[in-house]
Amino acid sequence: MLDQTIKEQLTAITGEERFSDTHEQRVVYSYDATPGFQSEPDGVIRPASVQEVQQIINVCREHRIPVIPRGSGTNLCAGTVPSQGGIVMVFTHMNQILEVDKENLTMTVQPGVITLDITKRAEAEGLFYPPDPSSMKISTIAGNINENSGGLRGLKYGVTKDYVLGLEAVLANGEVIRTGGKLAKDTAGYDFTKLLTGAEGTLGIVTEAILKLVPKPETKQTALALFHNMEQAAESVSAIIADKIIPATLEFVDQPTLQAVEDFAQIGLPVEAGAVLLMEQDGEPEVVQRHMEAMQQICKEHGAISVRLAQNEEEAAALTEARRSALTALARRRPTTLLEDATVPRSKLAEMVRFIEETAAAYEVEICTFGHAGDGNLHPTCMTDVRDHAEMERVEEAFAAIFAKAVDLGGTITGEHGVGEMKSPYLEWKLGHAGVEAMKAVKQALDPDNILNPGKIFAKDTKKRIVLGGGSRG
Amino acid sequence: MGKSSLKEDFKSRVDYEELMNCTRCGFCLPACPTYIQTGGNEASSPRGRIALMKAVADGKKEPDEEVEAQLNECLGCRACEPACPSGVNYGHILEQARAVIQEHKSHSLPIRMLRKAVFQWLFLDRSRMETVHRMRWMYEKTPVQKLMRKSGAFRMLPGEAAIMERVMPGAAPPKKAVRPPVQAVFQDNPIKKVAFFDGCLMSTMFTETNQNTLYLLEKSGCEVVVPDTQQCCGALHAHAGETDGAVKLAKQNIEAFEQIDADFIVTNAGGCGAGLKEYPFLLKEEPEWVERAKAFSAKVGDISTLLVELELPPMKLEAELVTYQPSCHLENVMKEKGNVEKLLRSIDGVTYAAMPDKEQCCGSAGIYNLVQPEMAMKILDKKMTDVRHIQAGIIVTSNPGCLLQMKAGIEREGLTESVRAVHIVDLAAEALKQAELAGTAAK
Repeated sequence: MLDQTIKEQLTAITGEERFSDTHEQRVVYSYDATPGFQSEPDGVIRPASVQEVQQIINVCREHRIPVIPRGSGTNLCAGTVPSQGGIVMVFTHMNQILEVDKENLTMTVQPGVITLDITKRAEAEGLFYPPDPSSMKISTIAGNINENSGGLRGLKYGVTKDYVLGLEAVLANGEVIRTGGKLAKDTAGYDFTKLLTGAEGTLGIVTEAILKLVPKPETKQTALALFHNMEQAAESVSAIIADKIIPATLEFVDQPTLQAVEDFAQIGLPVEAGAVLLMEQDGEPEVVQRHMEAMQQICKEHGAISVRLAQNEEEAAALTEARRSALTALARRRPTTLLEDATVPRSKLAEMVRFIEETAAAYEVEICTFGHAGDGNLHPTCMTDVRDHAEMERVEEAFAAIFAKAVDLGGTITGEHGVGEMKSPYLEWKLGHAGVEAMKAVKQALDPDNILNPGKIFAKDTKKRIVLGGGSRG
Repeated sequence: MGKSSLKEDFKSRVDYEELMNCTRCGFCLPACPTYIQTGGNEASSPRGRIALMKAVADGKKEPDEEVEAQLNECLGCRACEPACPSGVNYGHILEQARAVIQEHKSHSLPIRMLRKAVFQWLFLDRSRMETVHRMRWMYEKTPVQKLMRKSGAFRMLPGEAAIMERVMPGAAPPKKAVRPPVQAVFQDNPIKKVAFFDGCLMSTMFTETNQNTLYLLEKSGCEVVVPDTQQCCGALHAHAGETDGAVKLAKQNIEAFEQIDADFIVTNAGGCGAGLKEYPFLLKEEPEWVERAKAFSAKVGDISTLLVELELPPMKLEAELVTYQPSCHLENVMKEKGNVEKLLRSIDGVTYAAMPDKEQCCGSAGIYNLVQPEMAMKILDKKMTDVRHIQAGIIVTSNPGCLLQMKAGIEREGLTESVRAVHIVDLAAEALKQAELAGTAAK
């Protein structure tokens, strides 16, 4: 609980209507989209300007109170759970698109803008903002920046960090820094834009961002290929890339996931297939046409049962939309759904998929797999029940084995969700001791009092998974 | 007292599995009108409300005024359900939680009397509704109405009561408001045998709409039966946490319609239709009733769905731009979408313009606009801005509450000269009659 004096200091900054510590507010800002993690903050504050963010940080530093920046709370690594209490900072009052610069192809935005609004605004100007995380309808841009979110178009277009040109951020000492700019080239010192992107709010609070836009692709085509099994699909992916085609989207979905998605979306997906590839190409019409035909051919050569081209935009949108809902659609099967995003070099995709299937069988747990086949980013998803402790232990072991395998194959423990609190025990597996220590040194230098989103990225203990048991830890 | 505590009841009676099914993905947030209107307050979202209910069930939050206020602020429009990939039955948990809170609530005497009068007297018996209707007719025909309006007494009532009093359709003379005979429409070779659920409000306050419903069904070749022992659907009871009343009415209705071997049970109010569709959930604790409820609900459908399936004779209207504000419960609970739009497109002269954000509730939501006037007005104002924007001359609705709310919006915006709100059934009947007239004139 916060002292009366601290409350008064915070209220003096935002007014009563934008600071609250009622139990209602503390309950509803105690979670994000990560299962098994919950912890109530001491208060919730909604700044309306960078100056207010500065003042809040100063008060919090003075009293050593953690500050947890939060967008819409859709992240999957417990990155915005206030696990050590403190103040949750919500950006609903900083949600304006400030500028679209058509000469420099940039958009300047406040942290609380919804990702989809950025996409729509860019399109209205004949431009394109490619990052498209599955939660884009509700996620905020600063949330995307803090987690360095990916999406379905990662293979061809890259991820959020590839579209952040500059940032304004408030550091733990209360100072405001501006990094980068509307620049294609900038070698003035350390690249703090990239450092802050994906830092999960542990190094500074993002208060403004300059985003890169690209010309809108002229046309787009979508196709769905059906296979007997996952291996055929994975092999087709490797063959497509080897044929020097970089599709805008190359997503795969296994049979159980397909069934769950169809139950939700009801758009006539081929639930009888063992695996499905969703392929999309955009660009100039001739190129799109040629690539779609080539991909169709490759899939057939690798045993595809059939390849169906979406006949119109509506059908194409329904297919991509259905893929976006995969995670939560799986949640229909069991009370708890644990989603990971182990990522491997795409040449290792088939091997990794096979390993996941074997691991699930060995540990007697139900794991479905879908994900971004083109960039090797897998989403092994386990349907379980947090109340079943014996099963939860097996799930934990299965995922540990999957992470270990991913790292062995030259991959990573997380491709696009971030480390947060959830994957922190595995960070050292990927980075090594020296790697983690170097990162800690950066954190220590920029936030010596450890007030910015503490308890994230770095775990107290490596390896042993800390939290899974119990529906809530509140 | 020996009564279980509110906390215990919350734990035992609010479906915990359903609360657990929420993965907190947040996909429901952009679909929720109150989340949007509060500028993104998580507590005013379905995910937030589920978190609050779960916190109560887990014993981590007192079931206090904060929780109750949030549950009351929810419109119950259920727009979150189609948005939810996990398939959480939000509406069901909401009603369970409201029922538990309601049972433990000690209302002030006037509220207690009002609730008793509304839920346990008026809406529990059709003949009482009819009595009230006769009183309303008297009120309108005598100088009382003028006096009341002049006195400004309605402005003392909560919410939109004053506007609602003005926009309510004039009561039909009691002689005309008599219920149709049980065998309402005969056909020599009926295409379908339809049983009409005529609704307690529809059959008293919207008599004409019900007569037009029979007219349209007749024109599309249906035989229509109107069971005379049917009662109010009980939806308002269920939404307000008055489960016992809802259960009682459900059983009476199932019995009333079981006697008729109809192909289709038709309604012309999305709110009632959804209420009828929910009977299997409402009666889930009573095994001997569940199967009967399922058989009943399976036959229930909206008039728009039936008319699209059957095809009406040609319809025609003066050239007009028409928009449609769907009934949330028609789309989100009955899951019958797109049929009203199809009917509109089939009317010669009508240009259909989609209402922006049409899946967002209009704020009527049963009696929500009377009990949560501030939020309801914010939502309505946004809706009317959209109406102005598309410049439609007619707003079509598919539920009486939505119709009154649209009328109230038109009145508030001072658009009475240029815009009218009308039930789809009334517009279709008008168009059918005009086309017939034009056909006769041509001959």
